[in-house]
Amino acid sequence: MLATLIIVFREVIEAGLIIGIVMAATRGVAKRGMYVSYGVLSGFIGACVVAIFAGAISEAMEGVGQELFNFGILATAVAMLTWHNVWMARHGREIAMQMKHVGEDVAHGRRSLMALAAVVAIAVLREGSEVVLFLYGIALSGKESEGMMLLGGVVGLGFGAALGVAMYLGLLKIHSRHLFAVTGWMIALLAAGMAAQAVNYLQQAGYLAVLQEKVWDTSHILSDSSLLGATLHTLIGYSAQPTAMQLAVYLSTLIIIFTLMRLFGHAPSPAKPAAATS
Amino acid sequence: MKHALLTLALVIAATPAFAETKEFPITIKDHKFSPDVVEIPADTKVKLVVKNEDTTPEEFESHDMNREKVIPGGSTANIFIGPLKAGEYKFFGEFNEATAQGKVVVK
Repeated sequence: MLATLIIVFREVIEAGLIIGIVMAATRGVAKRGMYVSYGVLSGFIGACVVAIFAGAISEAMEGVGQELFNFGILATAVAMLTWHNVWMARHGREIAMQMKHVGEDVAHGRRSLMALAAVVAIAVLREGSEVVLFLYGIALSGKESEGMMLLGGVVGLGFGAALGVAMYLGLLKIHSRHLFAVTGWMIALLAAGMAAQAVNYLQQAGYLAVLQEKVWDTSHILSDSSLLGATLHTLIGYSAQPTAMQLAVYLSTLIIIFTLMRLFGHAPSPAKPAAATS
Repeated sequence: MKHALLTLALVIAATPAFAETKEFPITIKDHKFSPDVVEIPADTKVKLVVKNEDTTPEEFESHDMNREKVIPGGSTANIFIGPLKAGEYKFFGEFNEATAQGKVVVK
């Protein structure tokens, strides 16, 4: 029961933290609970589908179908998170001061929510499919009684959810003035970590087998398998033994996100005279 | 047209040559890896071919090599590793960590 609990908890942490961050990042936006819930639901359904077709996916594309699938959905999540940050850079000020949405902002707001709901769905799908497969394996092997297994799984799920709630509540303590900047950073780091992981999958599939040198090894300081290590892995993309490629992709993603935010952020205020583009 | 051909040539050149990569088989049976020590040459990209002979799925994972893959019961998985520097790189089965342990020794 304990083994099941720990494994399910570790898998759920990633999804739980992402949901907590997304909920905090969208504070003040109407109906965001609904969008996030739909994200979780579709992610869960997707997880079951992926688990059912795990064998077929795995053997597709000369045996690297799973890696390419993971790369695809992670890249999509990175794109969505980037889009959200750019959108917030443009419209965030109004939301931070809780001004009313008018006109096109409402439509944009909904699109931003959908982007984040997609990110939630992807996270739930990825971790969920592993949980479903794992629990299915336990049920098959008959190692634990179904009841104990279910209990371990539910408790592990609960702990993972609790971590997400803790993240959310912790972020809410931040004053609205700063919340936008803080969640903007957290989302950028989330995206950078995912991008590095996505390229890892490509390398696992045999592509881009370059820059594989380990840049550092901090597993004796903070191991990837520890709870804090796993949490930081999701939050900031921490890796105890990152390759040069992972670092390169991580930094590039951050640079790209902040450059895009700079370029497209802060729509000109109506008071200023129409200026030529600089 | 010239640009398109050049791009195509670059893409083909960058595509991994699967046929040339050396394969190293590993079997999962009764939640144990066999062999549990795999020797591979340094600075070489190789392919681990992991066959899961159990009926239950296993997640092949390695923090040392930054690899993770779920292998359904009865399935075989290809996992590319390297080029790696000399040393030992541990891997494990996340769903059965107590018994599923192994390492890649790079010489």
